[in-house]
Amino acid sequence: MLKPAHIQTTADDHRIAKLTAFAIALHMVEAVIPSPLPGVKPGIANIVTLYVLYQYGFATAAWVSILRVFASSLLLGQFLSPTFVLSLSGALLSLAMLWLTMHLPKRHFSAVTLSILAAFAHIAGQLLVVRLWLIPHAGVSYLIPIFALAALFFGLMNGLVTAKLIAVNTSNKAI
Amino acid sequence: MLNFLRYPKLLIKELLIGDWLIILLSLVGIFYLFQTLWTNEHAAKVQIRIGDKIYATYSLNQQREIHVHGKIGDAVIRISQGKARFAKSPCNTQYCVHQGWLSHAGQAAICLPNQISLELLGDAKPYDSLNY
Repeated sequence: MLKPAHIQTTADDHRIAKLTAFAIALHMVEAVIPSPLPGVKPGIANIVTLYVLYQYGFATAAWVSILRVFASSLLLGQFLSPTFVLSLSGALLSLAMLWLTMHLPKRHFSAVTLSILAAFAHIAGQLLVVRLWLIPHAGVSYLIPIFALAALFFGLMNGLVTAKLIAVNTSNKAI
Repeated sequence: MLNFLRYPKLLIKELLIGDWLIILLSLVGIFYLFQTLWTNEHAAKVQIRIGDKIYATYSLNQQREIHVHGKIGDAVIRISQGKARFAKSPCNTQYCVHQGWLSHAGQAAICLPNQISLELLGDAKPYDSLNY
């Protein structure tokens, strides 16, 4: 007879699940916003990733980011499609960038720096996949400046919101 | 808590010296990217292909008409003042002729019915526009 599977979950798992749900919700909101240029998206779900990185550390942030990519692609019916691969490659490279930049001195570099650099890494990961797999043509390089400019702008916006969230949260804790 | 969405000034206050540095460096980097990737190099040579074979490569520094025998007939390619174009083609659609003058490295005109193609080359080939 089959025994019902019982999965032991920890408090950490629950926290990751809750935070991922937030990120997925933001991803869904973004999916209905039309974009003037294919590929240029605000990436507001990354606010959650960044916030989690500051509050709970890198491992939790990585879980939230990767789970969000998988779950969102399933919800949008893009799982294993080129969109999903682009999303995943961007997420992986920006996580790598966050892992590097999280060691910058906090006195001089806020979440804004991490957000901007992660946005650049995100777009680099995506353009790499586009160049190597989807459109193997050097003409893709014409798009790099536009995507870089968009990454700077949205990275700045997301970073500012994250920095403010962290500031609000720490001041609340102090009270 | 979401007051900062109404007062953007509250957000700017979050920026630290390092953030400004990163923003400045990014702007410089992006400006450099625009400069290097968006300036079109003027072409030096035109390469003519028939089918998958290179027929000839000519300098664009001349005034010249070239008659090329393609799959369905003779096409005329004109070179003038650093530019090149299909001047005459025996094809029905005349897409290749309507494409007009090509002047930048990497530009190409292709006549599918006649299987003739032009590609402009710079001094250093910036990218291969006919491979894919």
